[in-house]
Amino acid sequence: MSVNHFWTAFAFEPFMNALLIGLSVASVWLIAALGLAIVYGTMGVINMAHGEFVMLGAYSAFVLETVVGVPFLLCVPAAFVIVGLIGAAIERGLVRHLYKRPLDTLLATWGLSLVLIQGVRLILGPEPKNLQSPAWLNASLRVWVFELSWFRVFIFGVTIAAFVLTWWLLHRTRLGLMVRAVMQNKEMAAVHGIDAGKVFTLTFAYGAGLAGLAGSMFGAIKNVFPDMGSGYIVEAFLVVVVGGVGSLLGSLFSSIGLGEIYSVFAYFTNGTFAKFWLFLLVVIFLRFRPQGLFADAMARR
Amino acid sequence: MERSRRSFLKSGASLAAGGAAIGGFPYFFVKDANAQGAPWVKKGGKIKVGVLFSLTGSLAVVETDSNQVVQFAIDKINKAGGIMGMQVEPVLIDAKSDIKVYSEKISQLILRDRVIATFGGYTSASRRAMAPVVMSRDHLLYYPTCYEGRECTQNIVNTGPLANQHSQDLIPFMVKNFGKKTYFVGSNYIWPKESNKNAKVWLEKAGGELLGEEYVELGGSDFTSIFNKIRQTKPDFIFSTVVGDSDIALHKQFKQEGFKVDKMPIAALTTGEIEIRAMGAEFGAGHILSAPYFQALDTPVNKKFVDEYLSSKYGKGGVTHYNMEETYLSVYAFKAAFEKAAAKAGSVEAVTPRMIRDVTPGIRIEDDISPEGLVWFDETCHLYMKPKIGQCQGNGQFKIVQAAEKHIAPDPFIIYPERGVCKFDGLHTPDGKIAKSVL
Repeated sequence: MSVNHFWTAFAFEPFMNALLIGLSVASVWLIAALGLAIVYGTMGVINMAHGEFVMLGAYSAFVLETVVGVPFLLCVPAAFVIVGLIGAAIERGLVRHLYKRPLDTLLATWGLSLVLIQGVRLILGPEPKNLQSPAWLNASLRVWVFELSWFRVFIFGVTIAAFVLTWWLLHRTRLGLMVRAVMQNKEMAAVHGIDAGKVFTLTFAYGAGLAGLAGSMFGAIKNVFPDMGSGYIVEAFLVVVVGGVGSLLGSLFSSIGLGEIYSVFAYFTNGTFAKFWLFLLVVIFLRFRPQGLFADAMARR
Repeated sequence: MERSRRSFLKSGASLAAGGAAIGGFPYFFVKDANAQGAPWVKKGGKIKVGVLFSLTGSLAVVETDSNQVVQFAIDKINKAGGIMGMQVEPVLIDAKSDIKVYSEKISQLILRDRVIATFGGYTSASRRAMAPVVMSRDHLLYYPTCYEGRECTQNIVNTGPLANQHSQDLIPFMVKNFGKKTYFVGSNYIWPKESNKNAKVWLEKAGGELLGEEYVELGGSDFTSIFNKIRQTKPDFIFSTVVGDSDIALHKQFKQEGFKVDKMPIAALTTGEIEIRAMGAEFGAGHILSAPYFQALDTPVNKKFVDEYLSSKYGKGGVTHYNMEETYLSVYAFKAAFEKAAAKAGSVEAVTPRMIRDVTPGIRIEDDISPEGLVWFDETCHLYMKPKIGQCQGNGQFKIVQAAEKHIAPDPFIIYPERGVCKFDGLHTPDGKIAKSVL
């Protein structure tokens, strides 16, 4: 029994699956990061409460499913709307007053995250809740050498849809044009008649909504509990920073890159060691490219 | 074991910091108290005990139940006339799932509240945060849950199963019923690693084969890479020491990844009634747990315990589980030991925390009190107990498929014979010395 279990040898089928898992991990990290990337990129607000928006999404889905009786698949878009509305309220009530003081935003949103965690714990209790998903999602499918879990496919699909929708909104609509204008130069955009305040509220709400969307799905692969958001925030920041602040494409490529690196390392060694390498590589990468993958075209802040 | 054990990650650093903070805390207090030789319990007064569990934060899910069941047991004892006619008064403190708070608050309980014993902790990190304080004050801690062993202290009484008791029956049972090949999955901290070392010994004896061993960070919820390797190596069963949130994610993803529980069940040391309730019975059904206690145990005492607890104001959680029962036992262990110590010392005022510990070996909790059946303490203040193996059913309750015929002896150093043998007065090392307070 003195086998050295540290290294796993290459084998075709599991390695192909490891590559697939990399994509699946990437989709989880990307959907968790997307809202953060948009809010950070557009408004320059580092939203420390982003993880808690994920948590609120999971709770929204849970409450809708168990109290109101809404089917799971409808809870997912509903969580987007609910957390989006909460996000809008928070932008109006709190974040708005701190735009000129970026460091204070950091503190305020961090404080907000504590308030949200404790608030949910007080109202709904500390014990984890079980968000149920339909039976057909809790099964798997074999295609060639690939073992596809329906739930993973579902998350992947939703992430792609959310990404495409976001890209389309930003680059193919008038609203997106306004957002990008505000992103590059707020004052100049305001001079041209764009209501920057409204754009910020919408952007923040949209970012929060994306986090809620992510949360409603994460709740079903683990559990729903008050501090679940902290489990995603590190990877989300990693994706945003490596991708380049404000670049959607950057987030896409960095999540794929990081997910694959993680999964391949996890295949040959183990998950703990893979995280270690991932963080180390990111540090080295940022040493040589602090602006991230795709940040060249963006305005300097 | 909910989520619980995630705060371990920080434990190393905070433990050191906490330790330092305590060293400097109110030293004059102690001197004072000891100089006066003030009794811990005044005749005709109340017996104060500390209850130090987390009611908020990530450990709250399990430790809230521990807090509640201690109060439940104390209420029961008080209603029946207390201990030697004296009422027991719990000093309830929220440890906030913060390792530093455990060590700070246990100092406060000992020095300011002057409790005679403390019930507290659920994780190895919290035990190790409290132990140095308890040992330096020669005080008494009841640690009421499973733990890994490899410690030999003279100030801690344990009422949960040691690692050697936990898997001794489970591994041969799994090998016999499901096959030789297994894969170990655990959370990345001390208890799973030590438990797995023990399990490997039993696996070797049972002729099993270990295909791989993986750990996920505490609170980690992504098992896809591990399941990929499991799919490749095709074990006959998975042996899990994953705790908390991660445990729930493991069981959910097991099903989502298309594994079949009848082909390759998960044999766990931690997935009890409370975890099953949290994940939903559909994800738990068919998997296996080793524990000294199950809610479904079919004995009159347990039925009474379950009925009384669930109908009391403390039983809102809706289930009883092994960790809760072990905590319940610790209160009765304290009661019996206090009475024995008082009888030995001649008066209740002469009883000290250390004296209670010293009379604990040999104390029996008979099956008219203990829901899991008769247990008794060995000389190291660990319990002789009968581990049982249960299989989760569709209703979230366990069916007991095997119970140990004889009580299994606790042995905290069973896999470290080179370090010595733990006895009443300390760790007897091979070179003939006796090491005290070995952590």
